[in-house]
Amino acid sequence: MIFSFEIPLLLLLLATAAGAIMVKDLMSSILLLGTYGFTLALIWAWLGAVDVAFVEAVVGAGLATVLFLLTLFRTAPKDTRLRRPPPSLTTLIVFPLLGVLLLYAAEDLPEFGDPNSPASAHISPIYLKQSYQDSHTPNVVTSVLMDYRSLDTMIETVVIFSAGIACALLLRRET
Amino acid sequence: MIRSHDSIIVQTLGRFLIPVVQMFGLYVLFFGQYGPGGGFVGGVILGTGMILSVLIFGHNASRSRIAQRVLHGDGVGMLIYAGVGGLCMIGGGEFLNYANLEIPGLEPASRRSLGIVLTQIGVAVDVAVTAVSIVFSLSAEEIIEDSING
Repeated sequence: MIFSFEIPLLLLLLATAAGAIMVKDLMSSILLLGTYGFTLALIWAWLGAVDVAFVEAVVGAGLATVLFLLTLFRTAPKDTRLRRPPPSLTTLIVFPLLGVLLLYAAEDLPEFGDPNSPASAHISPIYLKQSYQDSHTPNVVTSVLMDYRSLDTMIETVVIFSAGIACALLLRRET
Repeated sequence: MIRSHDSIIVQTLGRFLIPVVQMFGLYVLFFGQYGPGGGFVGGVILGTGMILSVLIFGHNASRSRIAQRVLHGDGVGMLIYAGVGGLCMIGGGEFLNYANLEIPGLEPASRRSLGIVLTQIGVAVDVAVTAVSIVFSLSAEEIIEDSING
């Protein structure tokens, strides 16, 4: 019998997410956020999305933690002391309702791995069948990202580039 | 301004670890055709290696020289990516249709494979440069005083 890892991983995900919000110290909060990213990467890998898991592990657990830490070291000490007001009545009512609504909507989603679901019936079979003949690339994900959907990836690269430019313009004073 | 780290353990380990990280980044970048990986992840790993060298050896150390040089390369990755698209247009096809890359002796499928490698290098350069650039921006001097007084 195969032990199911989904439930413990999801519980760990929820625990780290709640801990990152609840904890008083901002440094612990950042490290918990890194743990959250790593748990999320494990869940992606468990669901079979290895490429996404790789990106999440490297960016969410690695690079984002470094950037958050550098930001924390550069802020004034008085900014890092946290005062958290108690949640208002509207928050307490609206957000559980929203959660129930989302769970209700999630009932209608197709089963995981359902071959007849719209996502896997429309254009994915053509990609899976033809990508090796078209581009001699064994990894279908790379072939879709870089060849069939190349323009999307280029615009994503533009987004990253403009993020770097914006950081430089806002934060740097000397040339 | 980040100064170099005092501990000899950290420095020795960094000297050993940074080349390994960079090699792994290159491996992930070029292995993206055959398995998980690709330009984005490879670029982030390459950038992380350079960030590690800046954090360990400081801003102005000779070991961080590559990271400093890289800083002036904003937009080179974009140029590679869009340049491959432009070459496809020169070859008589649509923008980013790699089958129109003008390379004699290659069938269209192999041209597409080559185009994927080239654009992945473009993405990797762009991401690595941006990561290092954001770290340099975040660790620039006299931010704190200005933001509080202003």
